[in-house]
Amino acid sequence: MLSRLPASSLKGLRSLAEARPSAARSAAQTASRVRFSSSSASSSAVKSFLDSRATLASATLLTVGSIAWYTHLYGSLPFLGEVHANSPAEEGLHPPHYPWSHGGLLDSFDHSSIRRGYQVYREVCAACHSLDRIAWRNLVGVSHSVDEVKAMAEEVEYEDGPNDQGEMFQRPGKLSDYMPPPYPNEEAARASNQGALPPDLSLIVKARHGGPDYIFALLTGYRDAPAGFEIRDGMNYNPYFPGNAISMARVLFDGLVEYEDGTPATTSQMAKDVVTFLNWAAEPEHDERKKAGLKAVILFSALTAISLYVKRYKWAPIKSRKIIYNPPADKGHH
Amino acid sequence: MRTLKKNMLLRLVNSYIVDSPEPANISYLWNFGSLLGVCLVLQILTGIFLAMHYQPHVDFAFNSVEHIMRDVNNGWAIRYTHANVASFFFIFVYIHIARGLYYGSYKSPRVLLWSIGVIILVVMMATGFLGYVLPYGQMSLWGATVITNLLSAIPVFGQDLVELIWGGFSVNNATLNRFFSLHYLLPFLLAALVVAHLIALHTHGSNNPNGIGSSTDRLTMHPYFTFKDLVTIFLFFLILSIFVFYYPNMLGHSDNYIPANPMQTPASIVPEWYLLPFYAILRSIPNKLLGVIAMFGSLFILLILPITDVSRVRGNQFRPAMKLFFWFFVVNFFILMWIGSQHPTSPYVEIGQISTAFYFLWFILIVPVLGLSENTIMDVATEK
Repeated sequence: MLSRLPASSLKGLRSLAEARPSAARSAAQTASRVRFSSSSASSSAVKSFLDSRATLASATLLTVGSIAWYTHLYGSLPFLGEVHANSPAEEGLHPPHYPWSHGGLLDSFDHSSIRRGYQVYREVCAACHSLDRIAWRNLVGVSHSVDEVKAMAEEVEYEDGPNDQGEMFQRPGKLSDYMPPPYPNEEAARASNQGALPPDLSLIVKARHGGPDYIFALLTGYRDAPAGFEIRDGMNYNPYFPGNAISMARVLFDGLVEYEDGTPATTSQMAKDVVTFLNWAAEPEHDERKKAGLKAVILFSALTAISLYVKRYKWAPIKSRKIIYNPPADKGHH
Repeated sequence: MRTLKKNMLLRLVNSYIVDSPEPANISYLWNFGSLLGVCLVLQILTGIFLAMHYQPHVDFAFNSVEHIMRDVNNGWAIRYTHANVASFFFIFVYIHIARGLYYGSYKSPRVLLWSIGVIILVVMMATGFLGYVLPYGQMSLWGATVITNLLSAIPVFGQDLVELIWGGFSVNNATLNRFFSLHYLLPFLLAALVVAHLIALHTHGSNNPNGIGSSTDRLTMHPYFTFKDLVTIFLFFLILSIFVFYYPNMLGHSDNYIPANPMQTPASIVPEWYLLPFYAILRSIPNKLLGVIAMFGSLFILLILPITDVSRVRGNQFRPAMKLFFWFFVVNFFILMWIGSQHPTSPYVEIGQISTAFYFLWFILIVPVLGLSENTIMDVATEK
């Protein structure tokens, strides 16, 4: 480094000399005596420490590593964080991070949990919430066998038609039918819920900040409003809901459903199952996606390694060449 | 090999890609050009397949996107790839520009090359914005409303212009239709601009880290730089895969999974992350019209660098003071990005205003003054 800088400064001077003929001679003559500040003497130990690639690599690793660690610990990037347009009270309490069985990079959904979660949805949530984007066929091979799903679908009457006489008729559900909504339209839904509209749950996990953690915290987070918190009639206090006042009352209580596999139906068990089910409903491609992801990582890391090897192989002659500069004899150093 | 050099069309391929002489000393920072080309190809390919299933209608757009995600074979992979490559496209273009800033790639004889690049950046941003509207979630609708409303700041005909763009009195079906049409058109305009970018590059070739002429030491594109580019392309695919398959929605906003509802404004309306620095500049100016001018000005000000950089030395490699101020500029850019994501209250507004002032001063004051000082100091040092 020390030896290269003055040499390169010389190069700069030479091109300068071409550009400005008047200053050319004096510049070139004094060039060897000019000492630039960047070439001033400093402790060579410090210099070599600052210039070493190991220092650069370890500093970068420290930065990237600590950012990754922070992100892992707090769930958001340092400094950038999440987008907050409101005060923390208006945003709602930040949900804790729960150890979801499908949370890891190599984890698939717990499908018996999806099955239990479907039961909770059907017996509890479906009274008010639709699940428009899920058809009966989607459950096949995920939580139920085809015969079970056919039987469940047939229990529901769907309007079909018109028939040959031009009349609409009712028929039992088929695998291709979508989950029946609890209300025929938005107005009916609002009328039955004191003006509040229960949102469709097909995408709820992806459509809420915090995802499954938020839904779980919301379902299990109902409590008495703290002293001084004014809550309107018909509203319920929930610290995780933005604004803290939610129209939906607490619905999950211990023993509310009876699981067919004998799992004790505690509040948190039901919340965990229904959130897993809703997470599947929002991301039905989840298991397939992570499997494909592992293949892609294997494939592209191998290709990166191979291409690095090929690049170094191709470049070896260039990297090991020696460049010698012979100044032209007639011009010399003037 | 003879065909490659004799055939009228293949001869061009040969001269641009195969035998093109590149400076031997260009670093991995010169790989971002090829990465950006890969991004454009990926976006056009995935986009064409998405368009086969997408419905540009306010009633069906959101449902058709969910149809792609749920019912189309591997539709989720195509859509997640399209959404995430958009982000990488901007990461790469920012690094590509930063490389140009650091090594003075905008200086003569590459002024045209740089200018075409700035146009490409603006068209890219327009394309990204139009594409974000198409899924027609809450953030699509309200983002479109906010951004198109910016034009109403233009005096006299601003409001008329906005209504002309909307095709109505608010963002509606006509708006979504034309945004889809333009989102399909602009990438091909981008491709044409990329060809112009390459033609402008061709005569003098790439700049290099030393900033001096490199005609004495060049290597052919193939095999040296094709294989070097391949390393970063596969590395890009690796990182992209991790996003697409494991964190597909990390760079998106959860509100965009709520269908657009003109009757309900989301709690916060934020643009995509790559537009945040310019959004911060917009909000730093109290006057709406001046804010809009500043926002567009912050992009087009890149065009004056060939004029304001008066230094006789190309690039920052041998200019320690300019190196320092380059990194100040980079940090300032990230500060603006952070400010753009915050609610406009004190102290964020004040920080944003200082950062905006620094952003513009860097181009019109710091760069020319540093160049002048260095030239003068060098003259003094070399004077007898």
